[in-house]
Amino acid sequence: MATTTHSTIRFAPYNVGRWLLWGFTALVFILAPVVFSGGFAITLLSQMGIMIIFALSYNMIFGQGGMLSFGHAVFSGLGAYFAIHALNWVGDGRLWVPVTLIPLVGGLFGAVFGVIFGYLITKKAGTTFAMITLGIGEMVFAASLMFPGFFGGEGGISSNRVVGEPFFGITYGPTIQVYYLIAAWCFVCMIAMFAFSQTPLGRISNAVRDNPERAEFIGYNTQRVRFLVVVVSAFFAGISGGLAAINFEIVTAENVSALRSGGVLLATFIGGSMVFFGPVIGSIIFIFFAVALSEYTNAWQFYLGVFFILMVMYAPGGVASLVLMNLRVVQHKLFGRLLRPYVGVLLASALMLVGLIMLVEMSYHMTLNFAAGARMSLFGIEFEANRWSAWAVALLVTLAGAAAFDWQRRRFSREWGDVQALIETGGQRARV
Amino acid sequence: MEFFVISMLNGLSYGLLLFMLASGLTLIFSLMGVLNFAHASFYMLGAYFAYQISTWIGYWPALLIAPLLVGVLGAVIERYGLRRVHKWGHVPELLFTFGLAFIIVELVQIIWGRAAVPYQVPSELQGSLFTVFSTTFPTYRAFMMLVAVLMLAAIWLVLTRTRIGLVIQASLTHPDTVEALGHNVPRVFMLTFGGGCALAGLAGVIGGNAFVTEPSMAALVGVIIFVVVVVGGMGSLAGAFVASLLIGLIQTFAIGIDWSPVTSLQNLGLAVGPDTPMYSVLSLKLSQVAPVLPYLLMVLILIFRPRGLMGKRET
Repeated sequence: MATTTHSTIRFAPYNVGRWLLWGFTALVFILAPVVFSGGFAITLLSQMGIMIIFALSYNMIFGQGGMLSFGHAVFSGLGAYFAIHALNWVGDGRLWVPVTLIPLVGGLFGAVFGVIFGYLITKKAGTTFAMITLGIGEMVFAASLMFPGFFGGEGGISSNRVVGEPFFGITYGPTIQVYYLIAAWCFVCMIAMFAFSQTPLGRISNAVRDNPERAEFIGYNTQRVRFLVVVVSAFFAGISGGLAAINFEIVTAENVSALRSGGVLLATFIGGSMVFFGPVIGSIIFIFFAVALSEYTNAWQFYLGVFFILMVMYAPGGVASLVLMNLRVVQHKLFGRLLRPYVGVLLASALMLVGLIMLVEMSYHMTLNFAAGARMSLFGIEFEANRWSAWAVALLVTLAGAAAFDWQRRRFSREWGDVQALIETGGQRARV
Repeated sequence: MEFFVISMLNGLSYGLLLFMLASGLTLIFSLMGVLNFAHASFYMLGAYFAYQISTWIGYWPALLIAPLLVGVLGAVIERYGLRRVHKWGHVPELLFTFGLAFIIVELVQIIWGRAAVPYQVPSELQGSLFTVFSTTFPTYRAFMMLVAVLMLAAIWLVLTRTRIGLVIQASLTHPDTVEALGHNVPRVFMLTFGGGCALAGLAGVIGGNAFVTEPSMAALVGVIIFVVVVVGGMGSLAGAFVASLLIGLIQTFAIGIDWSPVTSLQNLGLAVGPDTPMYSVLSLKLSQVAPVLPYLLMVLILIFRPRGLMGKRET
């Protein structure tokens, strides 16, 4: 009996790959700022690291525990507030904590609030859980504006991260040092959270997600399991909050807002909640939208929302599942058959995307920037946004793209279905 | 006394408005198991549609057309969006409506801009209905209550006295049997979703000009109606009714009261000043705490009665 349980937990063939994978991840963390060395790239990378911890901690309860939370920013935000107060106390000399360990302060207080709120929210599961987390999130947000002493009111609490004695010359003044601090914490947290998913608690939380009734039958208190998972997840969320406090040197009420909670949900889901590394992909995409794309367009939230809805409708497993499914096709050496349909679909959707972007950008320009004049530029072309000709072109491109997409999509899904069927039957033959 | 009567009336009208939203949400939830996260967005759309229509052809046609438009939009979204997601279970459905709420806010900002729009109460309904001592009660508030009550009576009649209402009620508990009897249950879903959205739209039409029509109105009301549904008990219409009135009254009364624990302590002759421990908590006035009270109520209900006021015990 003992040997059977042993063999299910330790899945030997994957371990070599796992070492390679983690080694590669560490390498990516180390080399990323060398490859992308601009100032903007470093801030982007830092924010990605913070988001990765946040999204992975969220996925602990969402993907692995099956609890849809709309209030996860409560834990990261309150962690961030305590971290920034700790940072200020270090600056005053009232407290001695190295800046490197400040995120741990955030994590501890995140866990404390995980205990307090986790007790309340895990009283229910399913849809009610989602609504309660939403309510708790709003409550904390409303309360944050009520106690200006601690939360700093509208302006938030600001701080200075260059405090304490330099440690081997590290002062955390330059952003590159902060990036490596974030990268180190991110790497450690990733390993810790992966390890957690392999522990008995992590495993039983999967069971509670899949079938709470049977989990109770084998003697687990599902409410207790969910509570413990929320506390652990809140701890990691608090660490990400602490890192955010160090990175931005300011914490405002926005850190506990529903916007932040919704953002982490979007990131996690887009990346793929059923695979451990899914939220990592999702965080990178999300930060790209939120930080990089928002430099170029006001409509980034619209694009993100549409992207999210399309993922929910057509790829509920997220980007990670798309990657895995295509890898499977590649493994069976059938990708060649999909290549042509892929090119067709991508070209058609690119055309449609261009048309849609034109429509959206022109609409935004008309309502939000019109005071600055009708002239706008898009894809390097300058034109007047209030001419009917511009709208006609945009509409035509969109419709042509949509028609082409529909045509190509049919071919693609036929081919895709064939290939999947081939893999399924081939897999059976191989197993026999 | 004056404060009491006016707050009571205002609280009731606000509570009835909340119930117009919560009733649609509850119906959709108990029929389809979908928590419509975008429900408050349909409320917002109702207000914006009514604003747009009233600038073209006046308020009274808008009162009829805007909810219908919102209802049709809701039905279309159910048919071509939600139904596709249905096969993947309730969480993707909830996420779909979450994304929808996200997009609707953005669309509203694209079309009507980020600032509030001047959606006015029609001139027939401006002015005050009666005066209690020295405070006046606006006619429009009374009109809101009237519309809400009429609407509630209409839903009740439709649900209990018409054929389609009976089919809806039967689909709530025995969808398979209803389907076996030859009714098109997916179409019932679509109609209910559209109907619920239309109710939200109607609430928007009459709420939008009583309060402010702006892109953040969905988020402001959205969370409160979720709290209403949790407090009332998931899927219970009667519970939602009691909870919306309760929350409407609590919020309206709290906003008008300037009491804080410090004033009472000082009246008792205790010296309470900024140096007293917990002063920042004790000195909060009830009117300042008002936004948090619904959530506190929810927390208390969860601790002492987790199934809600009138909800069924969860198995």
